[in-house]
Parts: sequence; C-alpha cells; structure tokens
Amino acid sequence: MNKAIARFRGRDVVSTLDFDKEDLEALFKLADEYVVNGYKDVLRGRVMSSAFFEPSTRTRLSFESAMHRLGGSVIGFSSEEATSIVKGEKFVDTIRMLDSYSDIIVIRHKYEGSAKLAAEIAEHPVINAGDGRNEHPTQAMLDMYTISKLKGSINNLVIGVMGDLKYARVVNSFLLALTIFKPKKVYLISHPLLRLREDVKKLIASRGLNFEEVNDVNLVLSELDVLYLTRVQKERFLDPLEYEKVKNAYRITAEIVKKCREDFIILHPLPRVDELDRSVDNTKHAAYFTQASLGVPLRAALLSLILGGVH
Amino acid sequence: MGMRELIVSKIKDGTVIDHIPSGKALDVLKVLGISGGKGHRVAIVMNVESSKLNKKDIVKIEGRFLSKDETDIIALIAPTATINIIRNFEVVEKRKVSLPRVISGLIRCPNITCITRHEGIETNFEILSAGLRARCSYCGIELSYSEFVELILKQLGTRT
Repeated sequence: MNKAIARFRGRDVVSTLDFDKEDLEALFKLADEYVVNGYKDVLRGRVMSSAFFEPSTRTRLSFESAMHRLGGSVIGFSSEEATSIVKGEKFVDTIRMLDSYSDIIVIRHKYEGSAKLAAEIAEHPVINAGDGRNEHPTQAMLDMYTISKLKGSINNLVIGVMGDLKYARVVNSFLLALTIFKPKKVYLISHPLLRLREDVKKLIASRGLNFEEVNDVNLVLSELDVLYLTRVQKERFLDPLEYEKVKNAYRITAEIVKKCREDFIILHPLPRVDELDRSVDNTKHAAYFTQASLGVPLRAALLSLILGGVH
Repeated sequence: MGMRELIVSKIKDGTVIDHIPSGKALDVLKVLGISGGKGHRVAIVMNVESSKLNKKDIVKIEGRFLSKDETDIIALIAPTATINIIRNFEVVEKRKVSLPRVISGLIRCPNITCITRHEGIETNFEILSAGLRARCSYCGIELSYSEFVELILKQLGTRT
C-alpha cells in the first residue's frame, strides 16, 4: 500500500489504465478516511487550476470543494468563453500559463487527447476531467469506489452498462476500470445505433472482461447487481438526425426496477435527461446521489495523494 | 538475377530495397518520402521473378544510405522487404525491416476531434503488433493495419 501511495506523488491522471488495483485500493482507503474522520488541512498553500473548457457541474464543483476542504485554493474558469482562447490563444499557451500559476491542473476539454497533450506540456501534474469522447478517469474511480462501498466488492458482480455506449466517455472509462477488477459478467445494453465502439470492445476483450451485448434491458434485469446508466450525449452527435432517432430509446422507471433483485443498485454519472425517471429516486435502488456525494472525498483523496498530502 | 541485370545495373553507393511485394514499389517510395525531386538516381523494378515471392519489386536509390529508423516504416506495406546498403558496389549491410513501435508525424489523425488536429502538433501512432492495430496516442482511436496503411497512402497522395 505504501508503494501505491508513493506512486501517486506528482503523477498525471490521463487514462484509467494508468492505474492498477493496488493504486485504486489505496485511493479508496484514503477516501474512506475522509468520509469517516473528516478532512485535514494537508494542502494549505497549494493552488489547483480548474481548467474547464467545457461545462461541468459535479466534476468541477467536487474537485473545487475537495481542494478547499484540504486547505488549498482554486483558480480557473468554467467555459472557453471566459479565456483568451476566444482571442485566438492556443490551448498549449493557456496550459503553460496555468502551469506557472498553480501546483496542479484539472482539465476538461471537448477534444480527445487534450489532457494527454496538457500533461506533456505542464511540469505540474494534470488530471483529466473529461477529454471529448475519450475518457473521464476520475469518474470511473468514483464509480468503482461507490460500487465497492455499497456492494463490498466489485469482483463477482453482474453489471449492466446501459445507454449511450458509443459517445459517453464515462462508459469507456467505466469499462476500462472494470477490467482492473473481475466482475462476473458485464451486459452492454443499448440501441443498435449506440453500441460500444469496436476499438473499445477489442480493448476490454483483450483485458479479459466477460461481456455480452443486448438490446433490451428487460432480458437481463433480474440478473443484475448494478445498472450503470448514462444519458444520450447530444453534444457529441455529428448528425442531429441520428440523435433524434435514439434520444428516447430507453427509460428506467420505478415500475421497471420492481423486477430487480432486492439489493440491486442504479448508478448514473448525472446529469440525467429522460432515461432515468424521477420515480426511481425514492426507491432503495437509487444510488446515484450517494455516488455524486462521494465525488468530494474521492477527489480529495486523489489530490492529496498526488500533491503529497499523505505520507 | 539475369532478368534484373537486363533491366537495371548495379549501383555504386546507396540503398537497394529488395523483396518488395509485387506492385508495392511506388507505395514504398511514397512512404519513404522519395519523390525523385532531390536529384538522386532512383531505379524502380516491378514485377520481376523471385524465388521467395514468385514476383517482387526492387528499388535502388543511388547516393542515399537509408537508416533503420527510415526504412522500418515500410514494414507496414512491405514486411518481406530486405535492405541492402551498398558501398563501392559491395553489400556492406543487409537487414530486414521490422515494425517500429511508434510512427511520429507522418500523417494526420483521422479523428476530427483529436486534439492534434486543432493544435498543429505531431501525431504519434503506437503500433500494437499483438492486435495488428495502430493507435493514436492522443485520442486513442485505433485502426487496423490495412486502414492505417490506406490512410498513410491517401494522405501522402497515392493509391493502395
């Protein structure tokens, strides 16, 4: 475990696969400590750049809250319009500036590979808070943390991943993270137009994930321990007509979850649109608000480990 | 051998790329960035008999000694190719081509929302030999070798 703590120091978080099981267990242990014993001022005097070129609510605010709770401070912006990018400044120049003003950069950007490029340019650590359709590794860490906390373990679970498997970066990162653990089976549930990309399928297969594609959630609902639901990513569709065809392709309601196991849980990275009916909120299966609330201790643990707040 | 001598003579100094699959010589030159515009004497022999390949192409470049880094890239198009470095009419080095681990700066990423398309930086494609695939190290898009080669040749302005 000490080795895992040492490995976090100063490192970038670009892809979920940069981490192994031991790393994630060390991260979860520290997050648990913050949940149970509260936060300490271990990052006093440290500055985090919150570089959100794309909108975000939960990810940005939970990172900022985490930094404040650890005694650090935050600079940054929450849209491209608020930066000199609109004056024609290059992305790499913005990153160089943030690097000189802060100790760590948390970045979200509409283009795939932006976090990797930022990590190459910056001397300080860079955390990928979502790069286009590619990855969202801290969301996957949060998802794994939530499942392990609520279910005791990720191993041997039957997990359904449902919704926009084609464009949702959280799905890529969630599945890559599952390959680090050993779930019993994963069902990829989607409209045929929203199937998981072939390259991601090949990657998770090569890493030994046992998965099957299905069209209809009703076929597998009674088997599931966990359902991970995502919204249709309207902003990533290059063809608006394609979005219109699939926008109402699926919807989970309180009536549907009656067919589930007693201890079945639903996760959703939020925001939701119509795919997750509010009637589910009051059932014991709704775990998505717990999931969102764990974002602060999880991201605090990550910042603390990277910036040397833990010894 | 006799057939080859009839077509093109030996070179004094330079590089001979032998055992190119038949019909691929022009693609090999394109990938190597050799257009003939720099004044080197270049001989292209196509569809000659070969004991190993039945038919093969050969390229001879006078006055240029191609390094391993320069020639390994043709392993995607011509994995059977052999490189002969010639000095004073003698073969002083003979080597096979092997796939490079990374191909940098050769082509644009086909993903229009890859950061490399918007920041004017060099692409890096990792060659994943296990899955016979190439992967953009920025956006993560993966291409099969055939898709990758097609893209290289398309972007460099020739046909597959």
